[in-house]
This record gives sequence, C-alpha cells and structure tokens, in this order.
Amino acid sequence: MEDPMAAIRETFFQECEEQLAELESGLIAMENGSAEVETVNAVFRAVHSMKGGAGIFSLDALVRFAHVFETALDKVRSGTLVATPAVLSVFLRAADVLADLVRAARENGKVDEARTSAMVAEFDQINEIAGGVGPAPQSSAAAGGVFEEDPAPDSVARSCWEINYTPRAELYAKANETAILLRELRRLGEIEVRLDTSLLPELSEMDPEGSYLSWHIKLKADCNEADIRHVFEFVEDDCALSITPPDEPQGLIPGTVITGDNGFKFEFFPPPEMEEPEAEPVAQAVPATAPQPQVIQPSMVKSQAVEAIAAKAESAAAAPVTIRVDLDRVDRMIDLVGELVINEAMLSQRVLEAGITRASGVAMALEELEHLTREIQDSVMAIRAQPVRSVFQRMPRLVREVAAQTGKQVRLIMEGENTEVDKTVIERIADPLTHMIRNAIDHGLESTETRIESGKPVEGTVKLTALHRSGRIVLEVSDDGGGINRARVKQKAVENGVIAPDAQLTDDEIDNLIFLPGFSTAAKVSDISGRGVGMDVVRQSVAALGGRISISSRPGQGSIFTLSLPLTLAVLDGMVVSARGHTLIIPLGAIVETLKPRAADVFPLDRDLNVLALRGGYVPMVDVAASLGYCDQFIEPEQSVALLVEGEGGVRAVLLVDAIHGQRQVVIKSLEANYRAVPGIAAATVMGDGRVALILDVDAVVRNARSETGGRTPEALILAEAP
Amino acid sequence: MSMTMHADSSNRELIAFRVGRQEFCINVMMVREIRGWTAATSLPRSPRYIRGVINLRGAVLPIIDLAIRLGLPATEPTARNVIIVVQIGQQQIGLLVDAVSDILTASNMNIQPSPDVSSDLVKTFVKGLLPVDGRMISLIALDNALPRELEAA
Repeated sequence: MEDPMAAIRETFFQECEEQLAELESGLIAMENGSAEVETVNAVFRAVHSMKGGAGIFSLDALVRFAHVFETALDKVRSGTLVATPAVLSVFLRAADVLADLVRAARENGKVDEARTSAMVAEFDQINEIAGGVGPAPQSSAAAGGVFEEDPAPDSVARSCWEINYTPRAELYAKANETAILLRELRRLGEIEVRLDTSLLPELSEMDPEGSYLSWHIKLKADCNEADIRHVFEFVEDDCALSITPPDEPQGLIPGTVITGDNGFKFEFFPPPEMEEPEAEPVAQAVPATAPQPQVIQPSMVKSQAVEAIAAKAESAAAAPVTIRVDLDRVDRMIDLVGELVINEAMLSQRVLEAGITRASGVAMALEELEHLTREIQDSVMAIRAQPVRSVFQRMPRLVREVAAQTGKQVRLIMEGENTEVDKTVIERIADPLTHMIRNAIDHGLESTETRIESGKPVEGTVKLTALHRSGRIVLEVSDDGGGINRARVKQKAVENGVIAPDAQLTDDEIDNLIFLPGFSTAAKVSDISGRGVGMDVVRQSVAALGGRISISSRPGQGSIFTLSLPLTLAVLDGMVVSARGHTLIIPLGAIVETLKPRAADVFPLDRDLNVLALRGGYVPMVDVAASLGYCDQFIEPEQSVALLVEGEGGVRAVLLVDAIHGQRQVVIKSLEANYRAVPGIAAATVMGDGRVALILDVDAVVRNARSETGGRTPEALILAEAP
Repeated sequence: MSMTMHADSSNRELIAFRVGRQEFCINVMMVREIRGWTAATSLPRSPRYIRGVINLRGAVLPIIDLAIRLGLPATEPTARNVIIVVQIGQQQIGLLVDAVSDILTASNMNIQPSPDVSSDLVKTFVKGLLPVDGRMISLIALDNALPRELEAA
C-alpha cells in the first residue's frame, strides 16, 4: 500500500515546480516592463501557495523563507515598495533560493543556510527602504513565527469592514462551506450578514450544483485585511471576494440601498476591482443599454463584473485547464492507436482484395475510417507534446549564475517558448542546451573590457530560440560575442593531429572542428564550461537523440549554434532494407549515403574483412546478415546494396544488404519490455502488414565488425577516409 | 487484497495443452489470451527455442517454442498451432504449442510429485504429474522459460 500522504506530498512538489516557474516568469515580465497588474498578484499568489502547502507538510525552512519573500512581494502589491531593478534582482535571486529550498525539502537534502540567511538579510534591507509604513522591518529571527504574525503591514482598520463574498460552484464542489467561513469571521468581531438571493433563478432553471448566492458582510473588528483574507485563505480562488476598509470612499454609488422585488434589501457595494479600467466600461455601459430600470440590475452588473475580473485573474494565473495523467496510460494509448492504424490499413487491403469497388459504400466508409484514425493518431501524439517552456524557464537562472561567475553582464532573450515537442525530447534537451548556453557566455561573449574596447554594448546578449522546421524542432543559441577564433581552432587541430598542417579547410569546416573530441578553444580552462566536457559530448548526446548540431560564426559578431532534433523519440525515420530475407530498419540519421559497390573497388584485407575504396580512402565492409548471425555465407558485394553509415564518434563503415525498400517513419517498440536487449538490435517496430521488423543498432554492428576482426580494423583506415 | 479470495489454493484451474505427443498444463491464472499462430520475426543471436517476436496489439511479444524448450522435436508451426500468451512477472511471452486440450480443476491432492530422475529439463520445468482419464499431464512452471540476462553476454 502506498502512503497516501506521500502521494499528496508529491503532488505538492509538482505544484511547487509550476508555481516556481510562474514566479520566475512573472518576475522576468516585471523586469522587462511587460508586467500587468495581475502579474504582481500572480507572483504573490505563487509564493503564498507554496508557503501554505509547505506549512501543511511542516517544511519549516521553506515556510519561513517563503514568508519573508511574500512579505516583500505584498509590499509591492500594495504599492509601499517600488519594484526597482535592484529590488527585482533580489526577488529573482530569492526565487532561486526558494527553488533550492523546495528541492532540498523534496529530496530531504541540505540547504545552503548561509545563502538563505544572506537573502533574508537582503529582504530586511528592502523592507527598510519600504519602511515608514507599517511595523518595523522584520529581522530574520522575527521571521520565525509564521502564521501568527501579520503577514502584511496593512494599516490597522478602525471600525467597520465591508466584505462582499460570492462563492462559485467550485467552492462547494471542494466541500467548503460558507457557514464555517462566517463563523470564522465572527471570531474576529461583531458581524452583520446579509444574503443576496437576487441571482437565484426559477426553480425550473436552477442548476442544483450551481452557485447563486452571495453574502455582504459588515464586520466590526479591530483587525487588518490580512486577518480577514486569512479566513478566506482556502477558498480565495473559488469565490469573488472583495474587502473594503470602511474609511476609503470607493466606487460608483457606495452604500446605495436597493430594495428588491422579492423584498430582500441589499446595498450595492462596488468591489474595489472596479478601479481596473477593463471593468469600468462594463459597469458604466449598463445604465445606457438598460432603458427600463430594473431594480435588480445593479446587483447583476456588479456580479458580472466581479465574475469577469475573477475569470480574468484565473486565466492569467493558470491559463488552460489541465489534468495530470500517468505517462504510462498515454503511452499505452499511443501503442493502441498505432495498432489501430495498422489494423485499418490491413482491413482496407482485405476489402480491396475481396473485389469491392472503390465507389461502394463499404470502401467509402473505410476511407472515412482512415481519416478518423489518422486524426486520432495525431491527437494522441499531441497529448505527449509539451511546450519547451519548462526547459527554457531554467535558463534565466543559469545565465544569472554563469554571468556572476564570469563577471560578465548578460542579457538573455528567449523566443518560441511555446514550441511543442514530445515529452521524451524535452527531458533530454535540457543538458545540451545548458551546455550550449554556458559555452555561449563563457567562451562566446568577450570580457567586459574587450567589449568596451571593440565598441560593443557592455551587456552581452545571448538569444535562445525554438522553432519548428520541416518536422523537426530547431533550437538556436546565438551570442553577440567575438565569434570563433578560426586561427586558434586550426592551430589546435593541427597540434592535436586532427588535421594535416597543410589541410585546406573552409571557414565552416574550421568552425565545426570544435565538435571533435578534446577540443576547447578557451585559452584557459575555466570552471564553467571547461570541466573536460567539450562540445563533442554535446554532439554525441544530440546524435543519440537522432539530432544534429552545427555552428556558424562571424568574426567579431558572434556565433550561432543550431540544434535540430526529431519532434518525438517514439518515432524514427528509417530505411527499410532486407538482408537474406529478413526485413530490417536502419536509422536514417546514421546513413551518410547509399551506393552500389563495384567489384573493382572491393579489396580483401583479412579473411573475413573486405574494404571498399571510396574517394581515395578505404572503409571496412560489414555484411549485415552475417554480422547478426542470420547466415554464415558472406554476400557477394557486387550483388548487394551498400550503405555508408557513420557511428558514434564519426566511425564509418559500409553495410551490405540485399535490397533497399524505401524510407519509412516507424514507431519504436521496446524489445526489453517482454524480452531482453538483443546485441546488434536497437529496438523493434511493427510494419504495415502487422509483422515485427527489427531496427538495427548501427553503432553496435560497426563496433562488432571492428572487434571481430581482432580489433585490427585499422584506425588509420578510418582516419584516412575523413575528407 | 482482492485476489486472495481462495485462502487455500488447494483447488486450482489448469489449462492443458499438447506439445508433440505429450500433454502439459499450467495455472490458468497465468494465461492472458490464446491466439492462432502468426509468422514471427526471428531474432539474431537468440537461443534456438526463441521463435522470434510477433506483434501483439502494439507490444513486441517473444514466442517460445515450448517443444524445443522442453527438449522435444521442434514444432513446424502451421495455422492450426496455437500461441498461449502468459504473464510471467512483468513480462508477457507467447508459448507455441500444438493445441489447447482441456481446462482442469485439480486439487493439490491429485497432483503427484514428479519422479526423481536425472533429467535437468524435468527438474527445471516439471512440478508435478496429473493423472486424468488415463492420460498423464505434466504441470510445468514457466519461471525459467525465458533466457536470463546473463546468457546474453
């Protein structure tokens, strides 16, 4: 039995991830000046929810810090603190600390106490700047008591609070109850409650699970707004709530007493949100468009306006409605739909074979079915697609940290955050992207002094772009730095024996040398990107995903790294071949070219090893069927079709097969799920006829060929083959 | 919680099938489905008793030729042959047999212990013998049917 609390805890942390993401994007929007009024609220709400959740799980360190953070954010919200760039910089770093605290809580790990308390101290300073209003700035020690103390320095109210409270149906659906809230309010002081039933429809039109009532409450109590909000803490998102301090004159016709037809007397309290420009036209337009004044109407107007605002707030906070689904279920569905597509194709085939004409009703219905099946397949694949935003959101922090470490000023521009790609790909682009961005800041951008000397803005720019291009996702990391120092790259390549000293390379070829193993052009190895991990590792991990990476660089103007990946890892572009009667798929990404070998170009090098002369070099030949053990007899090279493939680390070989049947996109199926890994085979797939075909593991086959000949497939051969 | 309705598993249902001239049976709870033979895609570098893999509604299902696995002459599969899909732990595998012959209810009482013979195959697979209407049906365990990871190396 699973611990139910553990599941809830896990959900909390998942939500924290989302809140942190929202927090960061909100803060960045504020920094860019693209923030709206609602952004500040969203940012506050994110921290506030995390604090609330953390309280439930007794994550004290997290609660304490979130509280300090929240206090400062609340001051921004209330206007007592101006969000200057300096303040926002503190907030952004605080968001990083908060993220660390969440991670530490999740993994029961250690927290950098010093960093946390330093952050708290910075908040103290901020609060001092904002001082003058409210109580004295909190010391870090005072931040210990959490729920007891006033979270916001609101001015203490004098007499009568006015609260308008309109629950939405969701509130009831979550088993909250107004009576309990009212009881809680009564604890604060004397209350006078009025029920507004004006929106109650005829019984026949009533939705039994709808919400039609609202309450107007007058509260005489010596408290502040935060105390009242605290009562509504858990329902805040599911009701329209306005709290008006009595001494602030507000709105249109405050205190207008209207007597409804039904004999209920109520007052019209315009909610404070009415100040928002979006809401005003609604409120004012109504008297004009309603020539027959109905007594009920003002309340309707108010209610609509409140709801409109609430809806707007909601849409800004959590745009689309989502559900969490176990990934396994989605994968299962994708499998089944794949099967449906195959079955549908088989059925069509059978129908044609049975001699039913295309114009018949059966054939037409089948065609309809085919369209539907394709549509289902597309929609199911779209479930797994996610915007790259989740990866992009980690980058601003990375940039801040690397910039601080290198002492450079960096501005990060991100575009195309909504570009969608399969979840499996998202999980695996984070590392290469991180590396590319580190590289762009550390090696790409010049030092501040050099930038000033060359007349560039002190602040370097790194731009991260995602876009779809011909069925792939393309990620670009560009910088406005000095570009690649080609002279040094070439010199280094010569030193390492990668190229001959007299080799004539194009600029592009020189640039792409940096992807070769053991290549780092930074004059000194730095802590940031020089941990012995070079761009070759990035290239390898990208190649493992079926992707490509390239660079283009303009001296003095910067470099652009382009990373192109398939949209999903569940599907692979492959070449369908046959070898001694066995159908095999060879990943298209590994194939350099296909050719028909001539007998004159084939030379025996060893008993079981032939090499093919190819443009002045010699490449070892591998008979695929023999290599997989399907037969002992080697194929006659002249009767075969040859595929020049490139494996890991640029090792090349020529694969011999009987015939090529064409290209095809195949769905990757695991062999391990019901069996085990098979040497030389990467995975399996199901073909259109319903049969299983195996996907060749090119790396393994190439490697295998080399080791089987006693490791004597000479390195020199492969090197000589390089252009 | 829900599966332990029979506190004593003395009565169990078994599915009996023919392989060559012998009859075998397994616990019916292991069986997921029974389907006709379809041509399998052979796997390179696999034991001889692995016929290959077939497509089972999108999953890749390995097929074990039970005859070879049990040391009998290999099956020449035709459309009349049957694949019994069984669940072993987390994996599903297909057993190629000649035909399904019976569903039996047996108690532990009438399962005879297998005789102490030197045959490794009998030791590995046969867990008991059932006399049914003058026939002898071997109760087999499938836990060792698939090759282990180590054999692959």
